[in-house]
Amino acid sequence: MSSSASNAMSNTEPGGFYDLSGSHHPENGTMLGFWLYLMSDCLVFAVLFAMYGVLGGSYAAGPGPKELFDLPVVAVNTSMLLLSSITYGFAMLEMARNRKPVTLIWLAITGLFGAAFVGLELNEFVHLIHEGAGPQRSAFLSSFFTLVGTHGLHVSFGIVWLITLMVQVSRSGLTPVMQRRLNCLSLFWHFLDVVWIGVFTFVYLVGVLR
Amino acid sequence: MNHHEWMRFLFGRLSLDAIPYQEPILVWTFVAVAIMGAALFGYITYKRAWGYLYKEWFCSIDHKKIGVMYTVLGLVMLLRGFSDAILMRIQQAIAFGGSSGYLEPHHYDQIFTAHGVIMIFFVAMPLITGLMNYVVPLQIGARDVAFPFLNNFSFWMTTAGAMLVMASLFIGEFARTGWLAYPPLSGIAYSPDVGVDYYIWSLQIAGIGTLLSGVNILATIIKMRAPGMTLMRMPIFTWTALCTNVLIVAAFPVLTAVLVLLSLDRYAGMDFFSNDFGGNAMMYVNLIWIWGHPEVYILILPMFGVFSEVVSTFSGKRLFGYASMVYATVVITILSYLVWLHHFFTMGSGASVNSFFGITTMIISIPTGAKMFNWLFTMYHGRIRFELPMLWMMGFMITFVVGGMTGVLLAVPPADFVLHNSLFLVAHFHNVIIGGVVFGAFAGITYWFPKVTGFQLDPFWGKLSFWFWFSGFWFAFTPLYVLGLMGVTRRMGHFDDPSLQIWFQIAAFGALLVFLGIISFIVQLVVSIRNREALRDHTGDPWNGRSLEWSTSSPPPEYNFAFTPQVYDQDAWWDMKTRGSQRPTTGFKPIHMPKSTSAGLVLAVLSAICGFGLIWHIWWMAIVGFASVISTAIFHTFNTDRDFHIPAEEVVRVEDQRSRLLAHQV
Repeated sequence: MSSSASNAMSNTEPGGFYDLSGSHHPENGTMLGFWLYLMSDCLVFAVLFAMYGVLGGSYAAGPGPKELFDLPVVAVNTSMLLLSSITYGFAMLEMARNRKPVTLIWLAITGLFGAAFVGLELNEFVHLIHEGAGPQRSAFLSSFFTLVGTHGLHVSFGIVWLITLMVQVSRSGLTPVMQRRLNCLSLFWHFLDVVWIGVFTFVYLVGVLR
Repeated sequence: MNHHEWMRFLFGRLSLDAIPYQEPILVWTFVAVAIMGAALFGYITYKRAWGYLYKEWFCSIDHKKIGVMYTVLGLVMLLRGFSDAILMRIQQAIAFGGSSGYLEPHHYDQIFTAHGVIMIFFVAMPLITGLMNYVVPLQIGARDVAFPFLNNFSFWMTTAGAMLVMASLFIGEFARTGWLAYPPLSGIAYSPDVGVDYYIWSLQIAGIGTLLSGVNILATIIKMRAPGMTLMRMPIFTWTALCTNVLIVAAFPVLTAVLVLLSLDRYAGMDFFSNDFGGNAMMYVNLIWIWGHPEVYILILPMFGVFSEVVSTFSGKRLFGYASMVYATVVITILSYLVWLHHFFTMGSGASVNSFFGITTMIISIPTGAKMFNWLFTMYHGRIRFELPMLWMMGFMITFVVGGMTGVLLAVPPADFVLHNSLFLVAHFHNVIIGGVVFGAFAGITYWFPKVTGFQLDPFWGKLSFWFWFSGFWFAFTPLYVLGLMGVTRRMGHFDDPSLQIWFQIAAFGALLVFLGIISFIVQLVVSIRNREALRDHTGDPWNGRSLEWSTSSPPPEYNFAFTPQVYDQDAWWDMKTRGSQRPTTGFKPIHMPKSTSAGLVLAVLSAICGFGLIWHIWWMAIVGFASVISTAIFHTFNTDRDFHIPAEEVVRVEDQRSRLLAHQV
């Protein structure tokens, strides 16, 4: 089947074995590549969730989620991160309209929400460690600090990246390269949001119910 | 701070005691390495080649050069990994009864750990990554990979990991835990020294490189194929590379995560895998094998691809059962995730769990067997040419089938309870890894060597190398099957029962034969380079090949293809040849290419410095190293001068030269 079709091709088009016009350009793989990286990152979180799933009940005669978690604070914390995702969305909409100053403003607001999230989380960590419920206290707390802390590290890294991109956008404008980078960070930022919803549900809500 | 605290701050755990000058073996090794290193350094300086090496190789983001550098790294580390092997073989051949051999237990334990780590991470991985890097873009008609800078960065991260392992030989020590560093033995309580930390950080640094190269090659295969090359027209090697890189992206994060958890236990006093405070060491074993089992398929799948290319080329036939080969590869990819527990049936998960994993393990032999039959049927009625790659291919088929069958035997949980951690297991996995991955690497290297260099390898020394390797393998590992069935366990540095000694002596003789095989391979390289004019190939297609890499010159120009080929068939180049395709000789256009950069090398060096600081608890060094990695990476993103055009005149010059050579040939 393929041979007859290709024979016809070569008969009608001598030299059809090469792209002589130079019209073939391979697609840019950045978004796919970054998405693949995110999926690998997702597996890192999967491992940490699995560890928490196995060790989450190993209190070693220490405190459990009911004594430790302060849900109202976590709710505020969660809303900070969710709001930052919305404002990132606004920044992307402005980017599509090619309005650089407004894009930058929304990006700055996103960064502030992200910083508030990390700040509240650090506050929670300090509080827990002061109560004697640090990561060395039990396997439950080791896995809790590692899962939540890894997420927090990702958000912090995202903030550094966000600032870098803001500097670059303000210098070079919303060029195609910068749009691609902002798109990658957008994927990253929303990905962290999704992971956090998992953390909020399985660690905090289920933890307090347990 | 007093003097002691200052020293502690500046050097962490590092002191002069860390240099093993009281161990003669290590001192002599160091002397030998230092002399060879100085000779190499002097030779390069004498040839004034440092600038050339730095600019044209170290900073190059050409996938072909990076592929070659990966292969060189793999071969150099093979020498180190093999030295470990022969040290062990000699020790086990003499350490009987009253003799304790020549290796102290703590030294012996480091050797078997380093042997496993080096052979898997720094020999097999660089060899497969090198082959994929070199061949895949050429096979799919692309001019480079999707992310050329990342490719260079990945290579240097792998090299940085290898350098850390090598450093452990002379500064401090390596892990004494076995190649997967199970806790609690690898925890801080039982391994308080730097060995496990060398293990962790060299694997973490190299792992970043592996993961990124996996993403890179995946994006390349998915996005950059020549027009007309549908998925089911991809050469089989590209297919296996695709599946392998899916596995890399889906498995290496698990290794990264589990090593992070182990380091948190060791550095921050957490309790993931400890026996106290609710930790669970078996979680480590589960997680590391969720990476570890796919890892063995990461190694073997590309070699299945190599053998498929070799067998169809040297049988002069289209590969038998192309579609079934693709499906078999995909099925193996998926199943490789469902078998990890067979590495620890003895954990005691219960009969139903063990049955499940036993059955999934046995099922893997079905697609693998299908591949065997496809290769056999490709050879059937073919005009087989017994060139070097074909010899490795046939050696593989015989060896790998036996290794596969002993694997099925081990997949039976009751049998595994008897054979677990015995030398039978050691014989089994060397049977498949040497018979599959090492023979595959040699088949691939001898097959594509003329493409890379423009001249062929000397067949006499190649055949010698093959026969030494092949016979050496069987002499070295058949005795281990016998010993394993008699119940001898692995990782022993001394034996009491003198009746076992003869088997270990036979095994040591096998290792000697393999040593001769390696020497023959090196001689083969030297002889071939010296006779390169006689062995020269101007056609670019010395084997009468079938896929697109053989359509370019050897070595291929920087841009691979002056015009992107149009693909109509699964054997694209064969199709072009049989239907009288003419190579275009006019109408060349400028070609857009990425620019070289030193950023990858710099980042990897800084990562290694950071890792060294972490290993020795030199916190200022770790912090400075980490901060400079981040700031260098950010700085690199400000660099917008990343590409250039090869002018049309340059393309014309290169292509005209090829036209002249081709005309000369006819």
